[in-house]
Amino acid sequence: MISVTGREMSLGQWVLRGLRLDSVLLVLLSILLLLGLAVLFSASGESLVVIERQLMRIGLGVAAMLLIAQVSLHTLRAVSPWLFVAGVILLLLVMWIGDVGKGAQRWLDLGFMRFQPSEIMKLAVPMMVAWYLSQRHGRPRFRDLLVAAVLIMIPVYLIMQQPDLGTSMLVGAAGFLVIFLAGLGWRWFVGLGLAAAAAIPILWSQMLDYQRQRVLTLFNPESDPLGAGYHIIQSKIAIGSGGLYGKGWLNGTQSQLEFLPERSTDFIFAVYAEEFGFIGVALLLLLYFAIVARGLWIAALAQDRYARLLGGSISLTFAVYMVVNIGMVTGLLPVVGVPLPLVSYGGTSLVTLMVAFGILMSIASQKRLVNR
Amino acid sequence: MGALKRQISGGRLKVVIAVFAVASAALLLRAIDLQVLERDFLTQQGEQRQVRTLTEFAHRGMITDRHGEPLAISAPVQTAWANPQDLMGQRERWDELAAALGVEPDWLAERIEARAGREFIYLRRHMLPAQAEQVAALRMQGVGLNREFRRYYPHGEATSHVLGYTNIDDQGQEGVELAFDHWLSGHPGAKRVLRDRHGRTIRDVASIRPARDGNTLALTLDQRLQYLAYRELKTAVTEHNARGGSAVLLDARSGEVLALVNQPGFNPNNRGAIRSDRARNRAVTDTLEPGSVMKPFTVAAALDAGVVDPNATLETGPGTMRVGRLTVRDLRDYGTIDLTTLIARSSNVGATQLALDTPADRFWQTLHQAGFGQAPGTHFPGEATGRLRDFTTWREVEQATLGYGYGLSMSVLQMAAAYTAFANAGERIPVRLVRTADDLREPARVMAPQTARQVLAMMEHVIGTEGTARQAAIDGYRVAGKTGTSRKSGAGGYTEDRYFSSFVGLAPASDPRFVMAVVIDEPGAGVYYGGAVAAPVFQRVISSALRMFNVRPDAMPEIPVRLAAEREGAT
Repeated sequence: MISVTGREMSLGQWVLRGLRLDSVLLVLLSILLLLGLAVLFSASGESLVVIERQLMRIGLGVAAMLLIAQVSLHTLRAVSPWLFVAGVILLLLVMWIGDVGKGAQRWLDLGFMRFQPSEIMKLAVPMMVAWYLSQRHGRPRFRDLLVAAVLIMIPVYLIMQQPDLGTSMLVGAAGFLVIFLAGLGWRWFVGLGLAAAAAIPILWSQMLDYQRQRVLTLFNPESDPLGAGYHIIQSKIAIGSGGLYGKGWLNGTQSQLEFLPERSTDFIFAVYAEEFGFIGVALLLLLYFAIVARGLWIAALAQDRYARLLGGSISLTFAVYMVVNIGMVTGLLPVVGVPLPLVSYGGTSLVTLMVAFGILMSIASQKRLVNR
Repeated sequence: MGALKRQISGGRLKVVIAVFAVASAALLLRAIDLQVLERDFLTQQGEQRQVRTLTEFAHRGMITDRHGEPLAISAPVQTAWANPQDLMGQRERWDELAAALGVEPDWLAERIEARAGREFIYLRRHMLPAQAEQVAALRMQGVGLNREFRRYYPHGEATSHVLGYTNIDDQGQEGVELAFDHWLSGHPGAKRVLRDRHGRTIRDVASIRPARDGNTLALTLDQRLQYLAYRELKTAVTEHNARGGSAVLLDARSGEVLALVNQPGFNPNNRGAIRSDRARNRAVTDTLEPGSVMKPFTVAAALDAGVVDPNATLETGPGTMRVGRLTVRDLRDYGTIDLTTLIARSSNVGATQLALDTPADRFWQTLHQAGFGQAPGTHFPGEATGRLRDFTTWREVEQATLGYGYGLSMSVLQMAAAYTAFANAGERIPVRLVRTADDLREPARVMAPQTARQVLAMMEHVIGTEGTARQAAIDGYRVAGKTGTSRKSGAGGYTEDRYFSSFVGLAPASDPRFVMAVVIDEPGAGVYYGGAVAAPVFQRVISSALRMFNVRPDAMPEIPVRLAAEREGAT
């Protein structure tokens, strides 16, 4: 309990403040991570090995979050351009010497671990754009926006070449969200939208066959039920057979019987929906909504323009992750490789997200220091 | 919210929150769409993919002997099948598959290609579990395993003819397996199961029809006696270089078949090598002219008809007798003999006289009641009824030959069954092969009780010093019986050098427990009299059986010293 004088506080409060952590965000994230572990346990066929590995990643992620939370905003802002440059160089390296996995060249082998530079860009791009725009005062001018757009498109293009449509889209979204939050005039956005629409045929021509197939499959999954449409049909069946209340934890037959592909990773939402039903889905969406809202709240109260833009972008990128993944699994959006944030089994994206939340924690604590 | 408006430029936050809210609402609506509105359709779609109707296998019932000893059992085996259409697409794995199946790669390739358009072929049937596991480990698309059952016969050749065998689809083909196929067959059930994407059954959902295993069938056989009879018959057939042989051992009181064996036999566990001529259960399906083993019935008929009394004597000199164009001969001139000697020495002339003296209807009545020309009723497939013509069609010659066992035919089983009349005060007990049979038939009266007693006493002399079957004697027991040596009929008449050598005996003679008929087909080693060829088989089997069943000896051996003294005195 915080005392009236403000000098005494509970031990927990003291620890949290000492570690510069936001308690609300911490609680919400913890709930989501624990829920994720429970779903993963079911989705992996009750594999303790999988749970153990995921726990190690969560541990790594939490450690990274705690560490980043200690870094001052000043430092973060200062390293932003360097991080961005380093990221671009790594992406170029990947193109030349990267490892090939699952038909795409995304990995750098560091000897002790394999590492995906595109993950860095999920944070480096919004940091860079926020840094650039915060150097300019007042409402950004068109030239600033143009420069920012170019900064974003460089890594987006490189990641698309790997090819990794999902990540490049997310990286692009993270950057443009910063521009949007910075106050780009509406007419520019309309113009950008039109340009994007015009770019679709060009983009289409740039896409690989399997990427096109996924988009086509979205509109008519039954056209190829054993091939490209299989994922989406099975996932809809799993979600639908969950009904209102779900079949109960560990009882989802579609997922347990291995009809559902990628059920521990990208399609884990379908496992959750089958076992916990519509009620569970609504609660999960509420949880995500609360995290995003808390993030935006922190961003809104941040001490400077850089922190506001970066915090807003991080929160909204998280939201985009969630919307794209669930949209894809429920058949509203094309199948792009986007995991369900903090729930899907998988390495780097979880750690990256936890680093992002570390930045949000840092923003939250420094706002408070300034305001007091 | 005031702070928010101040801090982030313009109304951007409102826009952002609105967009996010709309997106979240869209997801929520989609969830309602799938989980509430389309739920039934999607659930049904899911079940189509995961619920399958499976056949539940039922195993064939066991066949046991009278003590429950298994004679035929079904062991689970695995059968590998494939969908050739699936296999055509994965040619590179065929060698691997062939190795796991334990077949030649070329053979497999040929088999698949020849049936490429089909959806089901057997790859290999009845594999042992270990081998099946290798196939399962391949996890090949379009290759599956089914559980089936393979029939094993632990006693092999010894029980082969009685049991018969099944085909690869577990259906009875011969013998008891065929006769009681309906009783033994399992009835496969059906159930709904959950299967995963790889086709593996995860758990049962509901039973549509429970599998019903086949029933156990207990035969009347005694496996120990069956084996003993098998061993002794085989020895005799080999020793005498015979074409074959049969032996039937009955419980004299109940008519139950305790042992039933034939030679040549076959190994029922090696289905591919079974040849029909070896698989025939000759003792039941084949008939022969019995010859002299018929004489006790001739004597009984004459006694019953009152044409002769037990102490009567017959003049058989000079050892031949003419009946129409037929000359009946004895081995030598026995002179004037009584009925006991007729049987003991097997006089054809004496038997002919009695047969001709007996009214045809009475003679026929005795033979008919003895079961000749009638189905024994064991339900065994191909059970022979034999042939006994109606007396109204008999000519004199025919009636004469019937007296010493020609002109009618019967199976060895019928021969043994008829002799139960001598053990049961003149009543023939219907034979039974199945212990649980509920169709208990009435005994048939063949002769008067005292006639049975008298003829049985006469038959004891067959084993005596003056008899034809001294080799049937068993220490400590009185034995009664009758030998037979009948010429085989061939194309155009009876053959000169091919015989059936037979012996039918009862023991112990004071109150018979066992009746056994032994017939050796064409002994080829120079010896062919029933007493020399068939009687030893009887002797060895029955002497063991008497001990095995703890039958009380009815002929206490005389004191050896005195016996020796007597012998010395005699010589």
